[in-house]
Amino acid sequence: MARIRLDHIRHAYTPELARAGNFALNNIDTAFEDGGAYALLGPSGCGKTTLLNIISGLLTPSEGHVYFDRTDVTLLTPEARNIAQVFQFPVIYDTMTVAENLAFPLKNRKVEAREIERRVADMLKRIGLADKAGRKARGLTADEKQKISLGRGLVRSDVNAILFDEPLTVIDPHMKWQLRSELKQLHREFEMTMVYVTHDQTEALTFADKVVVMYDGEVVQIGTPEELFERPQHTFVGYFIGSPGMNVLPCRIEGGEAIVAGERVALPGHSGERRSEKTELGIRPEFVGVVERGQPGAMPVTIEKVEDIGSERIVRARLGGERVTAIVREGASVPGDAAVTFDPNALNLYENSRLVARSGGAA
Amino acid sequence: MEKTWNNKAWFFVTPVLVLVAISAVIPLMTVVNYAFQDTFGNNAFFWAGTSWFEEVLTSERFHSALVRNLIFSGIILAIEVPLGILVALAMPRKGFWVPVCLVLMALPLLIPWNVVGTIWQVFARTDIGLLGATVSGLGIDYNYVQNPLDAWITVVVMDVWHWTSLVVLLCYAGLVSIPDAYYQAAKIDGASRWAVFRYIQLPKMGRVLLIAVLLRFMDSFMIYTEPFVVTGGGPGNSTTFLSIDLVKLAIGQFNLGEAAAMSLIYFLIILTLSYVFYTVMTNVGVEKPQKGGDA
Repeated sequence: MARIRLDHIRHAYTPELARAGNFALNNIDTAFEDGGAYALLGPSGCGKTTLLNIISGLLTPSEGHVYFDRTDVTLLTPEARNIAQVFQFPVIYDTMTVAENLAFPLKNRKVEAREIERRVADMLKRIGLADKAGRKARGLTADEKQKISLGRGLVRSDVNAILFDEPLTVIDPHMKWQLRSELKQLHREFEMTMVYVTHDQTEALTFADKVVVMYDGEVVQIGTPEELFERPQHTFVGYFIGSPGMNVLPCRIEGGEAIVAGERVALPGHSGERRSEKTELGIRPEFVGVVERGQPGAMPVTIEKVEDIGSERIVRARLGGERVTAIVREGASVPGDAAVTFDPNALNLYENSRLVARSGGAA
Repeated sequence: MEKTWNNKAWFFVTPVLVLVAISAVIPLMTVVNYAFQDTFGNNAFFWAGTSWFEEVLTSERFHSALVRNLIFSGIILAIEVPLGILVALAMPRKGFWVPVCLVLMALPLLIPWNVVGTIWQVFARTDIGLLGATVSGLGIDYNYVQNPLDAWITVVVMDVWHWTSLVVLLCYAGLVSIPDAYYQAAKIDGASRWAVFRYIQLPKMGRVLLIAVLLRFMDSFMIYTEPFVVTGGGPGNSTTFLSIDLVKLAIGQFNLGEAAAMSLIYFLIILTLSYVFYTVMTNVGVEKPQKGGDA
């Protein structure tokens, strides 16, 4: 087990791409604490898998270093790094039985036969496949196969970390919940560093203690699910996390007020300084109120659509030229001549997409 | 349940039946016709019963041709399959050299069979052939026209040269279809190069290998053109394989009844052996149904 430190990692897949400044990963500098459960969250193509493969050693970064505790492992092979990785599509050795699959990494490392037997038996129990130990692995269901892949990693009890690359993609939805909670359980038992790549925010938020949000080859925010929701450091985090995502409205700043589509929104605690060309106001739909027009501070909108998702309703509206989304309780009325109010305590101000101020405290 | 009767079905099935009849059934029936009768021309036929079959099955000549052919197929399978796998493993997976390798591999397959025979017939000649002259120049006593062993070596090498590519191409197709994740997982599991081959590449190639073995077996068991051109079945009868023998019997000796009976037996042998290969190879590695029925 180890603390994983990524020291100014940059990666381009070919030298040509590097010369063109086209990096898949750009200056990643972060650390994964020993025993933590982390999720790497981001859209397809943001570099999550690249980063994971750099941690596991399947890729060597173009620049920067990877440390496991104090050891520089940048140039070590995956085998030498002693990590385990579970892939998107279950990788099993078809011709072996379930038990042989689990024994395989131990055999390759020349572990004593009796020890192998003991650990495999223990792992079979933990992943709930004890009754299928003697079966050939090829006939199993996708989730059972994925459990075998996971078991092959965990069976080496000394692994430094276990990495997951979107491991639940091919699993049926009803099995996903179960597998995820089993993973959580295993994490508590083994107290291993786990890094979990996904583009599914629910998966990330339920699995991880800390979520690393990536966007365009960079880490834009690392935080607990709560922090990501309440204090998105980057507009991308704002609209990527939460369903629907945060409203991000272009604005101008004038004397402590933001001007959005001609309407003035007070920014409590903001100096009123205008520091950058691109300023945006962010507010989560949960904090947007839909009221009758004419109320003080309410900004008139035209309602475009109301979606009923069962537990609540999502109101899609237009404020001047900007789209605004609000969430209202099931049963609350949506007036025809509607206006919106912004909760003054839930406003975030972004300059060049980065958080610079939020109501109720500095960023 | 009531069966549905629909005469329209005939409309769809008839063309296939006609085609199969013309291409296979009718010619085959002609052979059957000859196999059970005797003829002296003039369309006069006499019932012969199973006597032609008895004659073939008890004939020393047929036995030795059959044994020769089995040995030949065995040798070329034993060489071409492992060699094909090795070459496929050595081929690049991506980049500029992939198409180059593929085209080079496909070249021998594009050459007409009797041309292959002619090439090797000249190539192996000790007076003007590059190979033959080189080998005898090295002081090795090589002469495929007179020495049966040399004739065999020549025919086997020629077949390996001609057909290993097919095994290579099939194996290569099987190899490139293996997702990268398998290799990555193997790396992480600390698998050796041999373990990667044994537990990932070989099982994933299983299907195409089956096809390769079947095709190579059938083809080599029916081999005619190349040895006919190179050795003409000689020296003596040492490279007279079944099909060469069959042609000698039918056309050389005009013994149509025996030749027809031999054709049918020959056909049945290929069919049976192919079936055995197929059954054995598809069942290797497939688990037997377990008690408890948890499948």
